[in-house]
Amino acid sequence: MTPWLTILGVVPLVGALVVSLLPKGKDLLVKQVALGTTLVVLLLTVIMCLDYDTSAGAPRFQFEESHSWISSFGVSYSVGVDGIALVLIALIALLVPVVLLASWDDVESLDTAPDADAGPDAPATGRKSIKAFFALLLVLETMMIGVFAATDIFLFYVFFEAMLIPMYFIIGAYGGPRRSYAAVKFLLYSLFGGLLMLAAVIGLYVQSAKVGPGTFSFQALSELEMSHSTQAWLFLGFFIAFAIKAPLFPFHTWLPDAGAEAPTGGAILIVGILDKVGTFGFLRYCLPLFPWAAREFAPYVITLSVIGVIYGALLAMGQKDMKRLVSYTSVAHFGFIGMGCFAFTTQAGTGAVLYMVNHGLSTGALFMVLGFLIQRGKSRHLSDYSGIAKVAPTLAALFFISGLSALALPGLSTFVSEFLVLVGTFTRYPVAAVVATSGIVLAALYILLAYQRTMQGALSSAHTAMKDLSIREVAALAPLLALMLVLGFYPKPVLDIINPAVAATMQDVGATDPAPTEVDARTLESK
Amino acid sequence: MPTDIQAPYIAYLPLMPILLVFGAALIGVLVEAFVPAPLRRLTQVVVAVVGLAVAFGFVVYLATEGTSELVAESSIAIDGVTLFLQGTLCLLGIGSILLLAERRLDQSGGEVVSQAANLPGSRADLQLAESKQVQTEVYPLAMFALGGMLLFPACNNLLLMFVALEVLSLPLYLMAGLARRRRLLSQEAALKYFLLGAFASAFFLYGVALLYGYAGSVDLGDIRNATATTGESDSFLYLGIALLAVGLLFKIGAVPFQAWTPDVYQGSPTPVTALMAACTKVAAFGALLRVFYVGFGTTQWDWRPMIWAVAILSMVVGAVLAVTQTDVKRMLAYSSVAHTGFILVALGGLSGTGAASKDGLSGSLFYLLAYGFTTLATFAVVGLVRDSSGEATHLAQWAGLGKRSPLVAGIFAFLLLALAGIPLTSGFVAKFAVFKAAFEGDAVALVVVGVVASAITAFFYARVIVLMFFQEPSVDGPTVAVPSAYTAVTIGVGVLVTAVLGVMPQPVLDLATEAAQFIR
Repeated sequence: MTPWLTILGVVPLVGALVVSLLPKGKDLLVKQVALGTTLVVLLLTVIMCLDYDTSAGAPRFQFEESHSWISSFGVSYSVGVDGIALVLIALIALLVPVVLLASWDDVESLDTAPDADAGPDAPATGRKSIKAFFALLLVLETMMIGVFAATDIFLFYVFFEAMLIPMYFIIGAYGGPRRSYAAVKFLLYSLFGGLLMLAAVIGLYVQSAKVGPGTFSFQALSELEMSHSTQAWLFLGFFIAFAIKAPLFPFHTWLPDAGAEAPTGGAILIVGILDKVGTFGFLRYCLPLFPWAAREFAPYVITLSVIGVIYGALLAMGQKDMKRLVSYTSVAHFGFIGMGCFAFTTQAGTGAVLYMVNHGLSTGALFMVLGFLIQRGKSRHLSDYSGIAKVAPTLAALFFISGLSALALPGLSTFVSEFLVLVGTFTRYPVAAVVATSGIVLAALYILLAYQRTMQGALSSAHTAMKDLSIREVAALAPLLALMLVLGFYPKPVLDIINPAVAATMQDVGATDPAPTEVDARTLESK
Repeated sequence: MPTDIQAPYIAYLPLMPILLVFGAALIGVLVEAFVPAPLRRLTQVVVAVVGLAVAFGFVVYLATEGTSELVAESSIAIDGVTLFLQGTLCLLGIGSILLLAERRLDQSGGEVVSQAANLPGSRADLQLAESKQVQTEVYPLAMFALGGMLLFPACNNLLLMFVALEVLSLPLYLMAGLARRRRLLSQEAALKYFLLGAFASAFFLYGVALLYGYAGSVDLGDIRNATATTGESDSFLYLGIALLAVGLLFKIGAVPFQAWTPDVYQGSPTPVTALMAACTKVAAFGALLRVFYVGFGTTQWDWRPMIWAVAILSMVVGAVLAVTQTDVKRMLAYSSVAHTGFILVALGGLSGTGAASKDGLSGSLFYLLAYGFTTLATFAVVGLVRDSSGEATHLAQWAGLGKRSPLVAGIFAFLLLALAGIPLTSGFVAKFAVFKAAFEGDAVALVVVGVVASAITAFFYARVIVLMFFQEPSVDGPTVAVPSAYTAVTIGVGVLVTAVLGVMPQPVLDLATEAAQFIR
């Protein structure tokens, strides 16, 4: 059997090694090698997706491998993917090459461009290592793949924490003026949550050691019987780590800083992938491992999620900084995803997973367009731009499309997922769903207002010579926009992969879809 | 024929590692007297390193033989734990000797001065800083200290343990005062260390006396047996445990006996700091573990609250105070206090004779090994960053080091991440091992405090990384000296062990598990 997932993880690591060994000054070669590596990963992922068995009797985890690693602790190197993990890995494989393309000239531009709002600790003027940047991105890709592929909780934890380090350097060394503050904040928030999870992981092991040989295997642990109070404490350990990561209100305060100060590529990966580890963790670990606690805490989580939806949207409207604006829209979107995860209906769960993918596409596109704009205008402030559509029509048009997908316009993929989440939640928590729906209206406000202020009206005198998007930049955006359209009209292939995994998760948590649906189905059958 | 007094029977083979190191130290004294000055330094280094290497060879031999016996009239226990720690100490000792032997970093050739007793600030003392006179007594001193360290965790008899404590401490007091630069700080460090150390020793001795009063013996096995028989007054036992613990906790630098660590770590010559941070901690923890596992193993409910309090205080105080430090060596000193707390977490989880207590012991052993190598390399790197007045230990001076010297800054960042316990480094596996053991021993509260303290420690480690990589170097900042092979090898090995134990810890974990058995 081919160890697909291991190969998938090793390829970027080898690429990073090659990149870091290339001689100095060969910047173009560095970029080409990095891009080539990520394209290989993308190709492998496509093959895996085609190979993935979606038939009814297919095993929950596929492409499984398992080798003993640290036997004293009962730790094994076990990887495998269910539908949820597979689509998220596919998202990684797609986003990383896109990010590489988008940051093709980012690092150089930092060398020359003095930032408009340079603070006391102004951005570095020294030359930054392009090699290191691309090598870090590739190492990050390995870790991101690992975190979704791990089926051993210890291994998951290792990737969960190790993943922070390359991102910490990407923000800290290549970010905006307040980059070191943002980098440390990012690291400490995530690390703190992670360490609480570590305590819970050890607790889980000790629980398993009481009934047999101690293990970290996800499948063995999900069959473990635990007392209610144990479940509650361990659930909280995992939940807080994931809620910080996701980020769920009120654990979100690191995201606007990290999102705003990170270089565009880093910001796309933070909201596109890293944050998804949190919501993925809800579905993979919080629900199946601690079903009782998950059911008990669900109403509170739903409440926090709904607050997040409204709060994120309101704050997004008040932002002057474009990257902070997008970060806050993500807080709102993660509210929707969190709601979908904890509504315990198949529809909402499927919607949440699809939302994770779509959010990666739409917010990725939005961050990228704005990154291009900021690179040209040397400012992150909305008020510094006006009438850009006159000089850069392509940029304006693509900004508009990305914006529409962020506000979930029907016909674009985000609509499908938002609709599924809301419908699925409504059957169990009607009030929450109704309140959250107002988030859609707010989304229309913040996106359209931002578009109107920057792209329309009189052209600001400073930007008369602004260049439109280059072919490379359009090529970086095109796959994201195309997928949003395709999935908007025909989400079935992705849903087919996601559905069995979500159904299995709901079964683990012991939730059945609320009565009305079942009654309808039976009456239909009897007719 | 009257045979009133029988000479004690000594089995020499199990004692060979200890004897060899003391022997090498004595040869070192003779070398001082008879070898001509130009050859002295090289001879000393060779004698010390060969002595430690052969001792290590004997440790390995004894370990493969599965040696586990009480020797020298059952006052010394050569068992798995002893051999594991002695092996660790031999390797760390070689690293420390190599650091001492480095002479390319300081333009006057060496980190230690020849006439340490000069009045600080006097003309003779100022001349000393530039004099090329090389001081080589430091090697036999270090070897005596290391010999004491090899003996310390092996002692099964409290009086002998006191002797070992003094043998390892006295040379360290002297060596702390030998720094070539910043003489006043160094002499202050030596005096502080000596005074506080003497107090701690006195406490230790008082504790031994009280325990003798309780059990009628200073043998750990007899004390254990005495705790099993009821009817005796326990107040001697409790007081004895407490006073004995003061002496031992002082040596490992646990709160509230940590006050000396920052001053001594900062004032001592950096290679000596490395020796203290890595080796002394290993040896003293070995003795502490033996006393509590063997001597007081059946009364853990009596001393468990004390160890809990000390562990929690060490973690919290060490982590919080490290945040406020502006000197690299002081920061690392407080971080070592926090790490002491982390290792004590495993002891806090000790409960009876179950699997948990064995896990705790093997976890502590692994932690000591991993921490020792990481710390040795960390201090070796600290010694590389210099300006015209010697080592640049002020944190502000480290700004932008990543731009000047990416390799050294990268290595230092990696070591700091290991100390912070980030996965894929030895620090993570070590922390995991002790936390797991504590959790199994129902010390959940300790684990929770431990993870919170870990987050705090991560803050100040990350801060140094921020300084090195994300800030601009100042114009007159320090430079990174190019070390000779001595330091380079030490750093290389330390980094390698840190990385390998992070990715493939299983063989060493097996070794620690196998070794985690005290003989009584």
